[in-house]
Amino acid sequence: MEIITTLINGLSIGGIYAMIALGYTMVYGIAKMLNFAHGDIIMVGGYTIYVFMNITGHPLIAVAVAVVFCVLIGVTIEKVAYKPLRGASPLAVLITAIGVSYLLQSLAQIIFGSAPKMVQFPDIKPIQIGSLKIQVYTLITLVASIIVMVLLTLFVKYTNIGRAMLATSEDRSATELMGINVNSVITITFAIGSALAALAGLFYLLKAPNISNTFGSMPGIKAFTAAVIGGIGSIPGAMLGGILLGMVEAISYNIPAIAPYTDAIEFLILIVILLVKPAGILGKRRREKV
Amino acid sequence: MKIFHFGRKSLSHYYSTFAIIIAAIVFFVLSISIGLEKSTIFLLEKVIIAVILAVSLNLVVGFLGELSLGHAGFMCLGAYLGGKFATIVEPTLGKDSPLNLVLSILIGGAVAAIFGLVIGLPALRLKGDYLAIVTLGFGEIVKSVFQNTTRESFGGALGLETPRFNKDYLFIYCFGALIISLWVSINLINSKHGRAITSIRDNEIAARATGINVTKYKLLAFTVSSFFAGVAGVLYSFSNYNVQSSKFGYNYSIEILVMVVLGGIGSINGSIIAAALITFINTELAQILTGNLAVLQNLFYAIILIVIVIYGNSPALAGIREKYDPSKLFDKKRKDPSTIKKDDAKWNKIPTKIAMDELLSVDVSNSDDNENDTNNTKGGN
Repeated sequence: MEIITTLINGLSIGGIYAMIALGYTMVYGIAKMLNFAHGDIIMVGGYTIYVFMNITGHPLIAVAVAVVFCVLIGVTIEKVAYKPLRGASPLAVLITAIGVSYLLQSLAQIIFGSAPKMVQFPDIKPIQIGSLKIQVYTLITLVASIIVMVLLTLFVKYTNIGRAMLATSEDRSATELMGINVNSVITITFAIGSALAALAGLFYLLKAPNISNTFGSMPGIKAFTAAVIGGIGSIPGAMLGGILLGMVEAISYNIPAIAPYTDAIEFLILIVILLVKPAGILGKRRREKV
Repeated sequence: MKIFHFGRKSLSHYYSTFAIIIAAIVFFVLSISIGLEKSTIFLLEKVIIAVILAVSLNLVVGFLGELSLGHAGFMCLGAYLGGKFATIVEPTLGKDSPLNLVLSILIGGAVAAIFGLVIGLPALRLKGDYLAIVTLGFGEIVKSVFQNTTRESFGGALGLETPRFNKDYLFIYCFGALIISLWVSINLINSKHGRAITSIRDNEIAARATGINVTKYKLLAFTVSSFFAGVAGVLYSFSNYNVQSSKFGYNYSIEILVMVVLGGIGSINGSIIAAALITFINTELAQILTGNLAVLQNLFYAIILIVIVIYGNSPALAGIREKYDPSKLFDKKRKDPSTIKKDDAKWNKIPTKIAMDELLSVDVSNSDDNENDTNNTKGGN
C-alpha cells in the first residue's frame, strides 16, 4: 500500500514540476532564453495567495487573484527587462534574468520580511480506501495538473495563437514574414508561463504551507532540470521530465538510506540522461552549420 | 628571465596585474611595519579569493565561450579537501607551517582539477545552455554530498573546522596564489593553446576544421579553471576557519558569474577590477546597512545589474553607447583594427607575386609595428 501512496505523491509532485517546467520550456522554445526569474514568479504567486487568503479566507479567490497578478508581473518583466535585449547575446539575457530574480526576492523580503509566513488552508480529512490513505490536496494537485496539461496541449495544437507559438519556436524570422506579430506571441507565452507558475505556487503551498522569499528557487531549479531532461523547448518533454523527476523524488524520499541525497540523485539523473541523449529525452538535435 | 609573456601587446594591458603586485608589496610592508587591522586583512583575503574565482571563471566563460554555473562546486571541493588535508597533517608539520599551507592549496586545487576533468570529459560534449545546467547540477551534487557527511569525516551540516593559520601572514600567501593564478591564466591565453581556445569560442566547427583538437583544449581550459577555483576554495577555508557547504550553492556561482560579466567577458583586467570592487562594496555596504536596511543592498545590486546589462547589450541603445563610450575619452587615437600596411617606397619595384601578397596582407592585430607610421591608410576591406 505504501508503494501506491508513494506513486501518487510522486505523480502530484511531478505534476507541479511539470507545470513549472512548461513555463521554462515554452519561454525557451519561443524566446530562446533561460528565464531564471521563473522560479520567483512562483514565489510572487505564493505571497499573493498568502495575502488574499488572509483578506478573503477563500482559496479560489486567492488563486484567481494570484494568477492575474503573476500574469501582470510576468508580462511587465518581459517588456521592461527582456524586450530591450532581443537580439543581444544569450548570456546578457541570462544575466538580466538573474538580476530580475534577485530583484523579486529582495522586494519580497522588503515587503514581507525574512521570516517564513504560514498560509492557512481549510483542513480536509484524508480519504481512506482500505488501508490506503491519500491526502485530498495531493489528489487535487494531481487532477488539476493533468487538466492543465491537457488544456495546454489542446491550446497549442488547435488555436491560432498556439500554432503561432509553434511556428515562432520553429523559425522566428520566417514566422515574422508570415505576418505574425512575434512580439505579442512572446508576451502571450510569458503570460501563460506566469499563470502556470501561480498555479504551481498554490500546489506547492498545499504541500508545504510555509513561504519565504526563496520559496521559488529550489522548485524553479528542479523544474528547469525537468525541462532539460525532457528536452528543453518541447512541451510533452517538459511534462515527461517533470513527472519523471517527481517520481524519483518521491521514491528516493521513502528510502531512508538515500533520502538525504535526493537533490543529488535528481541532478545525477539529469547528467546521466544528458550524456546518453545530449538534447534530452524528447529534444531535437539541430545541426550546426558554419 | 621573462616572467610575463607579453606577446605583442604593450605593458599597459596588464596594468591591473602590476597594481596587484604593488598592492601585495605595500600591504606586506604595512603588515610587518605597523600591523594591519583584522578586518582589513579579512577584507583583503575576501577580495583576493573573489579575484581568483572571477579570473578562473573567465577562462571558461570568456575565452572558451562556455557557460559554467558550477564554479562554486569546484571551490567547495577545494575548500573541503584542502581544509581536511591541512587538519590531518597539522599535528605532524606543526602549527603555522608554510609547507602545510602550500601542500593543502595544491591538493585542494588538484582535486578540483581532477573533478573538472572527470566532469568536463563527458559534459563538454554538450553545448551552451545544456552545459550550464549540467555544471549547475554538479555544483548542487557536491554541496548535497558534503552536507550529508558524518561529523567525523567532513563535519556534515555543521561544517568543517580548518586549522587557524597566523592571519598576519596568510594574506601574503593569498597574494602569492593570486599572482601565480594570473601568471598562468595570462600566459595560457597568450600562448598557442590560448589562441586555440579562443578559436573554439569563435567557431567550433571552423576550429576543428583547421586541425585543432577541440576536446583537448576545452578540457584544458576547464581543468585549469577548476584548479584555481579549488585553490580559491582552500584559501577561503583558511580565511574563515570553517567551511559550510550551504555557502556553495548555485547562487554563489552566479555571484562569480556576475563579476565576470560586469567586468567584461573575456577581459582579465575587467574581472580583476569588478571582483575587487563588488567584494569591497558588498562588504562596506554590509557594515552600513544593518538590520532592516540590509535588504536594500540586494535590491540596489539587482537594479544595477539589470540596468548595466541592458545598457551594455541592448541593440536599440547602440547609438547612445557609441556616443558616450568611456574608452574613447581616454584612448582618442584608437585605430581601425584592420589597417593595410603602408610602405610606399616598395612600389618603385615591380611587385612579384610573393611581394604582392606581402604588400596586401591585412594586419588585423592591434599592431605595434605600425606605431611609427603616422599616416596610416584606413583599410577598406
